[in-house]
Amino acid sequence: MKVTVLYFARLREAVGRDRETLELPAEVTTVGALRAWLIARGAPWSEAFTEIKRIRAAVAQEMARDDTRLSEDAEVAFFPPVTGG
Amino acid sequence: MPVRIQHEDFDAGAEIARLRADDPRVGAVASFVGVARDRNDGAAISTLALEHYPGMTEKAIEAIVDQAKARWSAFEILVIHRIGTLKPLDQIVLVVATSSHRGDAFAACEFVMDYLKTEAPFWKKESTPAGERWVDARESDEAARSRWEGPG
Repeated sequence: MKVTVLYFARLREAVGRDRETLELPAEVTTVGALRAWLIARGAPWSEAFTEIKRIRAAVAQEMARDDTRLSEDAEVAFFPPVTGG
Repeated sequence: MPVRIQHEDFDAGAEIARLRADDPRVGAVASFVGVARDRNDGAAISTLALEHYPGMTEKAIEAIVDQAKARWSAFEILVIHRIGTLKPLDQIVLVVATSSHRGDAFAACEFVMDYLKTEAPFWKKESTPAGERWVDARESDEAARSRWEGPG
């Protein structure tokens, strides 16, 4: 399955890119599995995802949980807690 | 447009006048303006850079506005949030709610701000004399949002 992953704010700086298109192995079908797979890729994802606390996720621009399922060509975003207003 | 994300400044008076224009049902207008301070967490702030998630930010705020309208008798709710580089004294965010009576207008305005602070994807980075730093989310903002979640 192919997905586009977006990174924002402190996480974007930590992974050194604002987006990437990834071909995922068949067993990676949820947000939580994608997070674990990114960490397993090693640096810079492993450091970024462990050093930044409470990273949140969105799928198709809706807030998502670890058990939210991914679909082909999904837009998945990871970001730190929001600080607007 | 009830939700606007923009670099430009806004004129709260003009926005309020436009929002309630020609609507004689309106008996109350509540508004909130968030402004950039010159200090945060013990450091002097020279500039504030605001980043957002184009597309999702607008949708998230629209969903918050819909929730507020479902919960209170608000006629119109306007949200303007600035992005880009701001400095102390600059306006950051405007929320305006119109209603027949003040209770609904106050509550809708405060509800929208409390949810925006914790649910809308914006991130602030501030410049201090020691360098740039990302602003950390505050637990008090989570608490402000959760008080709307109780029964009723």
